[in-house]
Amino acid sequence: MKMLLASALAAVSLSQAAFADGIDISGSIAAENRVFFERGNLPGQLQTYQGSLEFELDVRWTSPDRRWDFVFVPFGRLDGRDGERTHFDAREAYVRWNGDTVSVRTGYAKVFWGVAESLHLVDIINQSDGIEDIDNEDKLGQLMLEVSVQQDWGQITGYVLPSFRKRTFAGVDGRLRLPFPVDDSLTRFDQGQDEGGDIDFALRYSHYFGDWDVGLSFFSGASRDPRFVIDPSLGVFAPFYDDITQVGVDLQYTNEAWLWKFEGIVRDTPFETFVAGVGGLEYSFYGVTEAGADLGIILEIQYDNRSNDPLLGPLSPADNDLVTGFRYSLNDVEDTAVLAGITTDLDDGSLSGFVEASRRIGDNWTTELEGRFFLSVDQQNLIAGFSKDSHIIIRLTRYF
Amino acid sequence: MLINKQLSNRALGLLLGASIAIGAGLSGAAFADDVSKTKGHEIAARSDRSDTGFVSSEVEAVMTLINKRGRKSTRELSFKTLERESEDVGDKGLTIFATPRDVKGTALLSHAKILAPDDQWLYLPALKRVKRISSANKSGPFVGSEFAFEDFTSTELNKYSYDYKGEDTLDGMKVDIIERFPLYKNSGYTRQISYIDQDVFQVRKIDFYDRKNSLLKTLTLSDQREYEGGVWRAHMLTMVNHITGKSTTLAYSDYKFKTGLADKDFVKGILKRIR
Repeated sequence: MKMLLASALAAVSLSQAAFADGIDISGSIAAENRVFFERGNLPGQLQTYQGSLEFELDVRWTSPDRRWDFVFVPFGRLDGRDGERTHFDAREAYVRWNGDTVSVRTGYAKVFWGVAESLHLVDIINQSDGIEDIDNEDKLGQLMLEVSVQQDWGQITGYVLPSFRKRTFAGVDGRLRLPFPVDDSLTRFDQGQDEGGDIDFALRYSHYFGDWDVGLSFFSGASRDPRFVIDPSLGVFAPFYDDITQVGVDLQYTNEAWLWKFEGIVRDTPFETFVAGVGGLEYSFYGVTEAGADLGIILEIQYDNRSNDPLLGPLSPADNDLVTGFRYSLNDVEDTAVLAGITTDLDDGSLSGFVEASRRIGDNWTTELEGRFFLSVDQQNLIAGFSKDSHIIIRLTRYF
Repeated sequence: MLINKQLSNRALGLLLGASIAIGAGLSGAAFADDVSKTKGHEIAARSDRSDTGFVSSEVEAVMTLINKRGRKSTRELSFKTLERESEDVGDKGLTIFATPRDVKGTALLSHAKILAPDDQWLYLPALKRVKRISSANKSGPFVGSEFAFEDFTSTELNKYSYDYKGEDTLDGMKVDIIERFPLYKNSGYTRQISYIDQDVFQVRKIDFYDRKNSLLKTLTLSDQREYEGGVWRAHMLTMVNHITGKSTTLAYSDYKFKTGLADKDFVKGILKRIR
């Protein structure tokens, strides 16, 4: 009996050790200070300071034979001013089985497609967490069944995407918001009102041929970009997510210090078929300082020929724009880096700029400075609504 | 006229004689040159072979960056390598960062070539983005350390030409001194002097000379251990920069060999599975 108990205890402690050994927990907590240069135009908007706290946890376990991955990445933000921006999301919560040539993943996950820096046209699987930032780089977790096959000739991945995620928008109190608040309860799909009733499909091919990296993609389902219909009685926008079919291509040619990039899509909506593209180059000057800093020059052109009628589909400000920017990496112990750029609307001359700088402090802290500047915006330009929303963000993050 | 002719004949003779002498000198030098080049290549090849035949390897490492004032900063990384037996193609490698924590999960996939630029992809876990990157930046610092990219990526035998310079004693070992010259483009070095012991043929030290041909860095390799199958690995690398006074150490854990890694573990698509 004693022996049995002892061996049972030993077995328990062994399995605990094995489990504790394999489980990997990390995360971060950040304090974000967003400071606007001017007061907002719209009634109810917060004035100039918006402070918030954000956290992200990363829990993962891989089976000893590396066949199974379990991943859970919850994210949250507590915002002092905009109640809508206080939100939580499972960025990732999935199980994946890794075979020799096939992998299967199910759960909430994030997927990125594309090569361009200034605009992500091809990237469509995840909904933008638009309340985080307006650059469409923060994404909500997407429920999916993903099957990926790797062969010598490339990787093919198929997606079944049940359950739609609505885009998040700043609340009435928030800055960087549309002229009317977005009322999610008025959301419409082509199938009706139920986001759970929407099932989308996608297919992706990705490979490289020598210096060329090639991606092809297909998507059929509810657009991640809503168009807005004004509800005159409530004074709010009702978002409408039309069913679309989209094919995309992304290409990169890498030669010496040159990166040539192109992304293009053809999107078919219930009202129109249009094309959009973004293409350009990045050239790096290596070792511009004695310490080995690099300076990269970025140039991209954005084009989009969709209709200008907001009733037919979501509008895009990136329709005939030139983006020039640079990336400066010090390659120092602190990984200090700056990315900055200016977008020029080639139709009306509107100018907007951005800067993102980061630096590590010690082993576990980083500090970031971000800025977005609406410099000279034509009143007819789509971003005119943001013309008072120039701001900087100072973020201090502790990793653990 | 006659005198002139005689003079010119003598001049011609002198010139001819001189040119023959120069020619003999040249061919003699070329002969000696060939011998030292061949010997240099042979010793380098013998040393190179002592770390080949491993098929695949996995190892963890701690990189410690030490500045002039002695302040330290560490990075933990793991390396997976797939050997490709032919000396005409390079190995495939995957480097994954565990710390600093803000870059945890960042991974670099490299398909090394011999003289053509390597194919490299970087995986950024926060964005889930795989980026093909330029490998032209050979001489830039690797994650802020005193190691340049090429110090990691340019270990293939045929990326250099060699010249045997003689022998010496280093830490009580008899060593061959081999000078090597990068043949690939964009190197930050004009030449390197490597010291290879005559007992087990391991590289013990390398002096790096910058583009101005002045001594820039010295790499010391120690704690060499022999694994099954006669595969040797150094477990402690120390790079000292003589100009800045900064240094970087790289301490490897025990290597695991023949871990079942295959080409499929070094494809672009695998990066998205890392985190």
